[in-house]
Amino acid sequence: MTAVSLGMPALPPRGFGNISATEPFPKAAHRELGNGQLRANLGHATHTIRDKRLRVVSELPDWEALRDAGSAIKTEAMSRLPELLTQFEEQFTARGGTVHWARDAAEANRIVEGLIRETGSSEVVKVKSMATQEIGLNEYLEERGISAIETDLAELIVQLGHDKPSHILVPAIHKNRTEIRDIFLKEMPGVDRSLTDEPRRLAMAARAHLRRKFLSAKVAISGANFGIAETGTLGVVESEGNGRMCLTLPETLITVMGIEKVLPRAQDLEVFMQLLPRSSTGERMNPYTSLWTGATPGDGPQNVHVVLLDNGRTRALADRHGRGALHCIRCSACMNVCPVYERTGGHAYGSTYPGPIGAILSPLLTGVEAEENSSLPYASSLCGACFDACPVKINIPEILVYLRGEDVEAKHGRGPASSGADGKSNGRRRALPTQMDVALGAASWALSSGDRLGLLEKGLPVARALAGRDGKISRLPGLAAGWTQSRDVPAPPSESFRSWWKKRAAPGEGDGAARGGAE
Amino acid sequence: MKIALFATCIVDAMYPRVAQATVQILERLGHEVVFPAGQACCGQMHLNSGYFREALPVVENHVRAFESGFNSGEYDVAVAPSGSCVASVKHQHAMVARWAVERGDKRADATLEARADAVGERTYELSQLLTDVLGVTDAAAQLGSYLPGAITYHPSCHGMRLLRLGDRPLSLLRTVEALNVVALPEADQCCGFGGTFSIKNADVSSAMLADKVENICGTGAGACAGGDVSCLMHIGGGLSREGRTTESGAPVRTVHLAEVLASTRENPLSFDGALALAGGAR
Amino acid sequence: MSAREEILARVREALGAPEPVTDSLAPTGTRGAGSPDLGDGRRSYRTASGLDEDALVELLIDRLVDYKARVEVVGPDALAEAIRARLEGKRFVVPEGLPSEWLDPSLAAAAVRDSRKAPIAVDRLDELDAVVTSSAVSIAETGTIVLDGSPDQGRRAISLVPDHHVCVVPVETIVGIVPEGFARLDPTRPLTLISGPSATSDIELERVEGVHGPRTLDVIIVR
Repeated sequence: MTAVSLGMPALPPRGFGNISATEPFPKAAHRELGNGQLRANLGHATHTIRDKRLRVVSELPDWEALRDAGSAIKTEAMSRLPELLTQFEEQFTARGGTVHWARDAAEANRIVEGLIRETGSSEVVKVKSMATQEIGLNEYLEERGISAIETDLAELIVQLGHDKPSHILVPAIHKNRTEIRDIFLKEMPGVDRSLTDEPRRLAMAARAHLRRKFLSAKVAISGANFGIAETGTLGVVESEGNGRMCLTLPETLITVMGIEKVLPRAQDLEVFMQLLPRSSTGERMNPYTSLWTGATPGDGPQNVHVVLLDNGRTRALADRHGRGALHCIRCSACMNVCPVYERTGGHAYGSTYPGPIGAILSPLLTGVEAEENSSLPYASSLCGACFDACPVKINIPEILVYLRGEDVEAKHGRGPASSGADGKSNGRRRALPTQMDVALGAASWALSSGDRLGLLEKGLPVARALAGRDGKISRLPGLAAGWTQSRDVPAPPSESFRSWWKKRAAPGEGDGAARGGAE
Repeated sequence: MKIALFATCIVDAMYPRVAQATVQILERLGHEVVFPAGQACCGQMHLNSGYFREALPVVENHVRAFESGFNSGEYDVAVAPSGSCVASVKHQHAMVARWAVERGDKRADATLEARADAVGERTYELSQLLTDVLGVTDAAAQLGSYLPGAITYHPSCHGMRLLRLGDRPLSLLRTVEALNVVALPEADQCCGFGGTFSIKNADVSSAMLADKVENICGTGAGACAGGDVSCLMHIGGGLSREGRTTESGAPVRTVHLAEVLASTRENPLSFDGALALAGGAR
Repeated sequence: MSAREEILARVREALGAPEPVTDSLAPTGTRGAGSPDLGDGRRSYRTASGLDEDALVELLIDRLVDYKARVEVVGPDALAEAIRARLEGKRFVVPEGLPSEWLDPSLAAAAVRDSRKAPIAVDRLDELDAVVTSSAVSIAETGTIVLDGSPDQGRRAISLVPDHHVCVVPVETIVGIVPEGFARLDPTRPLTLISGPSATSDIELERVEGVHGPRTLDVIIVR
């Protein structure tokens, strides 16, 4: 990565929104792991969706070809981004829409607020959108006297429960049906007191609650799954019909879309409309998808806006090892298969973007130095399940490892190329060596020579003597205490393989009995 | 065929019997095993922890230790009894070489990337070598493999997803005489090791391990086999800590694929003097 | 510098010197006259199903039923009766361009007609029980019906607000797979892709049919 002079501050400006972990991941994870109900809810939900996804993916004989195409289209879109964005702007404008540009969350929020004020409305209905979560739009509007009503069922559950989303597709995945019923009973005005926890009854309660809002709303706010440069078309993929309500009935429609959502051609939809539903909800197709191009006279909103949002995306794009994270289509397959996410839930990641994709996207958007985002790339055992599940083949494990490297470099004050070949600090923080630094530094010395490793292995009998009589080590100090909190270490052997091999190759010098016999 | 053994640092220092078993298997098939003396470690722990600078000399050492034998014809292929180490050699070594050049690291060697790729291309994981190169389809017939008892198998993530070993290890296990291979529920789930992940995120790692241990013990098998010693050390450490036993009271163990394949009627694998695994023969 | 200029400048700077685009995905030879099929396997996914009409209808029915839509196949002569059977006694809206022969004379008087020029107000739509529309394209493999706002399908609001959608699918509009569907559509029209009645999986990831959109979807395939 080369340092970029323009608009790439070392730390994100204020007003970046909700894309930083505010406490180290291990600490947050420790707390979430202690919540048995959460673990049970997440385990149930992630296993359900995994099975569904596998079933519908295995139906398609050309799934891998579709993934390859999805990846190639995204790569092409990123490499042609300036041209595609301006083409999108031209087309959207030509068809009656207005395009706005926002450098960061604060600017996007201001633009949206201004557009709402122009309508004279103080209430807006919202389609679930990651971009508006990311910029903290609801909170921003709320503070300024505009009420933003989430209409997606899960977002509604989160909003009524004064909670935070924990999943990008199913924001209330951490809640089970009984908890949801309790939230509705407590917070939903006019709710039927005999409400049960049957999902159908809960969905009907949400329908009744939102119906009047939809029919009277003057302004809607949405995100977009795609923006087509060729035609200026926007698309929203959804299930419940709340999206159609918001995108169709109000007079004004304001869409906030990350600049990386642009696709070159309308034809590309044939790829993403196969990849996305099967990867996200595990359905052959989601119930509803709406595509609109500017304003259609006599049909739907006539006052149509789109806010093109940067908010760190150009920073991620400048990182050629990390830019693949921008290919993400927000399907959530990676979190559904992630063994870490399954156990900690989304809140542990702090950012709007949880799970494996969040662990790379958040630090790429903000820079790895921002708040506690440096802890996110370590929130993975690198098992690789996310890479296999990703419909656009983002190599998440590789980017995780790369970002760990960035973090180590940053913490040691060893900047990237901008600091010069001598590795001198360019003003980044330089921390005192940690236990990990010392341990891995020593290991590097020992493990970069067969002779040195062989010499150290001569100490194995001593280590063996330190093990208990039961042949295991149950407690280690320092860093290794993390290991022995739940695992024993076997007693080391009395002799290394290297040493055994040497004797075997030259019997007589040592124990000739070594040949042929396993220990 | 002449085969270079990459023992891997953890097997060399902690589980020499796994490397010895690997040697036995290959020699039984009539191949000559060479142990390049300069070898130490693949550098995976450093790489996966983000310590690329510290990984560089480890990677260089590995490439140096193995390339001369390839170039001189001293051996044709290299093999390691570890999926994750082979995955590192194949996928990460060239990456760190490139990284060093990009960063302008003064120790960077422009030739390293290509040399690392050359070594990686000829390095195999054990089940891969046995199946794809050496043509082993029946362990009992070709290797004399014999082990009475019930066993289950954990396919470690890197073998499964980075090397795409597929059912190679299980196919080999299924052809071991007298061995009853029991399916492991949720086999494709990570055991939670992940190198320094097990220390940095010890709580999450332990939670993953607990589920793996439950699944293994639920099979009733006397042991869990695997192709990656680091995962086996992790799982074995959990089984040991919890003192898990089979119905017959024998400790549930972990065992490497190589040890199972090397076990014969004449010289069966033994645990603390006990000859057979629990769980009954098939 | 305006936000627009600054963002575009940041993007250009982030990308650095233009690299040759190796991943270019021009439309395949079957589409976009004159544009080359790169033949590099990047669009190596299926672009046609090769299914005959019987198979298409069978597959579409299977998928729609899976989504809990009600499906019936009728001949052109029986269409009016099929629609009548579903709407008898109901108040319903039709788009201005719905073929008049689709409505049995006994129903025609009860139909509320909607058009872009004379749109029915939302509150009025909410009082109606049902809507009848035609459709532009249906994709068998995914059980997806597409409305494109043509006169026989009408404004988006009419197929959204009433709780019961009776949707006519002429057999010649059925295609096998998603790429065949998009090839027949004009992306600049307001498009609604419908795959079963509205549904949610937001509670414990279990699918529940019927939320905000029409809770009943009746599909009548005409062949």
